[in-house]
Amino acid sequence: MDSVILFCQQLVNGISLGSIYALIALGYTMVYGIVKLINFAHGDIMMMGAYAGYFVLIAMGPTPVGFCAAMIFAMIFSAMLGISIERLAYRPLRNAPRLNSLITAIAVELILQNLMRVLPFVGPNPRQVPQIKIPQLNIGNLSISGISLFVVFASAILMVVLNHIVNYTKTGKAMRSVSYDMQASSLMGINVNKTIATTFAIGSLLAGAAGLLYATAYPQVDPMMGYMPGLKAFVAAVLGGIGSIPGAMLGGIILGIAETMVKGYGPSAYADAISFSLLIVILLIRPTGIMGKKTVVKV
Amino acid sequence: MNKKILKSYLVPGITALACVIIPAVLIKFNFLSAYTAGILNQCAIYAMMALSVNIICGITGQLSLGQAGFMAIGAYSTILLNQMLHIPVPVAIILAALISAVFGFLIGFPTLKLEGDYLAIVTLGFGEIIRVVLTNLKDITGGPNGKSFNTLLTFLELPKFLIFTSALIILIILIQNFIRSSYGRAILAVRDDEVAANANGISVFRYKMIGFVVASFIAGLGGAFYIWHMGFVKPEQASFAKSIDFLIFVVLGGMGSVTGSVLSAYVLTILQEGLRFLKDFRLLFYPVILIIVMIFRPQGLLGTNEFEFKKINEYRNSIKKFFENLFSKFKKGGNK
Amino acid sequence: MSEKKLVLQASDVSIVFGGLCAVSRFNCEIYEGELAGLIGPNGAGKTTMFNMLSGIYTPTEGQITFWDKKGKAININKKNPHQLNKLGIARTFQNIRLFNQLSVSDNVRIALHASRQSSVLDALFRTRKFRNDEERMTARVEQLLDLFHILNKKDEKAKNLPYGEQRKLEIVRALASNPKLLLLDEPAAGMNPQETEELMNLIAFIRKEFNITILLIEHDMKLVMGICEKLMVLDYGKVIASGTPGEIKSNPQVIKAYLGSEAVDA
Repeated sequence: MDSVILFCQQLVNGISLGSIYALIALGYTMVYGIVKLINFAHGDIMMMGAYAGYFVLIAMGPTPVGFCAAMIFAMIFSAMLGISIERLAYRPLRNAPRLNSLITAIAVELILQNLMRVLPFVGPNPRQVPQIKIPQLNIGNLSISGISLFVVFASAILMVVLNHIVNYTKTGKAMRSVSYDMQASSLMGINVNKTIATTFAIGSLLAGAAGLLYATAYPQVDPMMGYMPGLKAFVAAVLGGIGSIPGAMLGGIILGIAETMVKGYGPSAYADAISFSLLIVILLIRPTGIMGKKTVVKV
Repeated sequence: MNKKILKSYLVPGITALACVIIPAVLIKFNFLSAYTAGILNQCAIYAMMALSVNIICGITGQLSLGQAGFMAIGAYSTILLNQMLHIPVPVAIILAALISAVFGFLIGFPTLKLEGDYLAIVTLGFGEIIRVVLTNLKDITGGPNGKSFNTLLTFLELPKFLIFTSALIILIILIQNFIRSSYGRAILAVRDDEVAANANGISVFRYKMIGFVVASFIAGLGGAFYIWHMGFVKPEQASFAKSIDFLIFVVLGGMGSVTGSVLSAYVLTILQEGLRFLKDFRLLFYPVILIIVMIFRPQGLLGTNEFEFKKINEYRNSIKKFFENLFSKFKKGGNK
Repeated sequence: MSEKKLVLQASDVSIVFGGLCAVSRFNCEIYEGELAGLIGPNGAGKTTMFNMLSGIYTPTEGQITFWDKKGKAININKKNPHQLNKLGIARTFQNIRLFNQLSVSDNVRIALHASRQSSVLDALFRTRKFRNDEERMTARVEQLLDLFHILNKKDEKAKNLPYGEQRKLEIVRALASNPKLLLLDEPAAGMNPQETEELMNLIAFIRKEFNITILLIEHDMKLVMGICEKLMVLDYGKVIASGTPGEIKSNPQVIKAYLGSEAVDA
């Protein structure tokens, strides 16, 4: 019976971690879908969102109200950061070879990380995040961490809202259209610049939320905290099919569960290596990912 | 060998010798301190890494984000070969580079069939996997704290300078010879248009593999020299972050330009040392420059151009013309 | 009586993509020295057929046989493009695929790579064998460029050439690999009438000078009717007619495919 309980707990943890990866992965996948850019800086937007939320929590205390304020602030801050980065670093390079944008994305990542290390009120050392108290859920012998459940719940809401925006609003339609064909979309009267900015805003907003949720679940913030989750979320996006929104959600959850299971039952030190190996295997067998579409290149 | 060919080798040959001998003499007689010599040695090693990245990314056109992984393999292999199998250091270095090349072959095989972005991601993944494995094989690799490797030469900068710089120059010569041959052209054709290259008798996969394996050999060599120079290596040496450092050298110097990569490696490494007084702000320096270059001069310092000795007259003329223009502008202004 | 030798034979070749049958039961026989044309409306499957002949696609059914330079019959269904090039098939592309960053002469030199006589070690250490090989290749490249009147541009980057000369260069490059069968994919695309006329003369010249078999895809009827000896018409992946230009011109099926059924009744 104990092993079943342990398994359920690990599963919930996995889904919780996976939801965070999913939120970050969504940003990667939306940006890639629309401008074909791997935004390496995305993981660090998550980090900035975490810090933004952290400062609000410090100011307002770890109460439900404080937390909501922190969340809202984190999301808005991240969205604006995403829009600024797009405007300053990526838009000038939109027509340049893809390699240049990729390099710029890497540069932005380095700037964000090192900026935080250098800023006097931040600094390279990790900080403890004030924890809000969420009671555990007890079902018989099974006790599930309240925080994990909260993370899953919050992520789910965000994903439902995103799904609605993408599939049922005009903005979403514009986003999908630009991701299919930028030129044709602009000829149809869609403001491409605005649509791309919106995409970055939404993706960054989700990353910021993910950052604060991550800081709640693993209560530390430091300037490098976005690096690994960023990479892993990227793996998740590719796993699910880069460019596919449901794929990012699915990929994130799968990766979160896989990683937690490996850490729980397997050689935990190799968890990272296993995540990357999973990525490589998927790319070799089915490069477009679980939900991606195969494109045939015309010769 | 006929006279004309001998003549064309004369100037480059003398320049190469001068690059090795003059600084060596200066170091020997303490005009250049051991500290400076150490920096020059580090430059040489990083220049080798830049060459490695240039070969696979610039010349073969395959964006690999995991070259640091091969460097780490070279470094750790050297230690193991020497300490566990008691192979003398010079031989261990060559063997370590070969081991890296073998890994390059194994990793390249499935990876090079992928396109563009996917290739980049997979190489990134492999680099990170290597890092994790190195961190966890504690018995062999010393785990996350790394492994030290002290030899006779670790603290003798002058012999290291002679060896590293000569090796670098030999590598540059061999690479240039390769590029300016039918084989080099085949690889450039693959970079330019794979479909056309295939249709014209060039096995695209084979030449991509050649580029990848050669690049991993050189990275392994760089890693072996690195451990010899530093005396210490940590698993982080294989990480994505390190691969990016080397990629930056090549991007700033000019993707595809051998001279550009080497120059860039030397300049940036020296700058890094020179800017130590900036402390952590130094870390912002690279990426900001990178963005500026990407926006205003994306082809890097030299683009795909190489410094060619036979073009020295052309360079002289264009420098002359540049100054002539400058003077004539001043004159015009003076006459007003 | 000289026996006509087969160069290429396709038997019931079909290819299916997803659910779509792009080419269905294609049959043809091309003999040495022939100048044949593959025509048909857009989307009929012509380039797909070429892609099968040059190794980019593998047929899902049927067999393609090619007689190599030694006269041996080879099943080329599963061969790669570079293997086919070595066997003796060369091609040009609908959207010109030159090596834009390389010079004109380097573009042609690439096609000579397969016939190189020096090894990598020779290249690395600049041996005499290497230098002789390079000289030989340079001589051949310049000979070809001269034959086609673009020698004066030999050091220019390929992307800087005017459109017509780019097309010419692509053909010269294809010829440099000394093929037995030359596949030209819409060589007259984007050309005005005068350029097309020059192209017709060029193709006729090539066939004579190089003693080579040519199969081309074209939309320009003047060129097709003007120089092709044999035509095959594709529509929706199927061959609807084949024969001499005269026969094809008046074939009601062909007219219907191009112009619609009203034109047939007209």
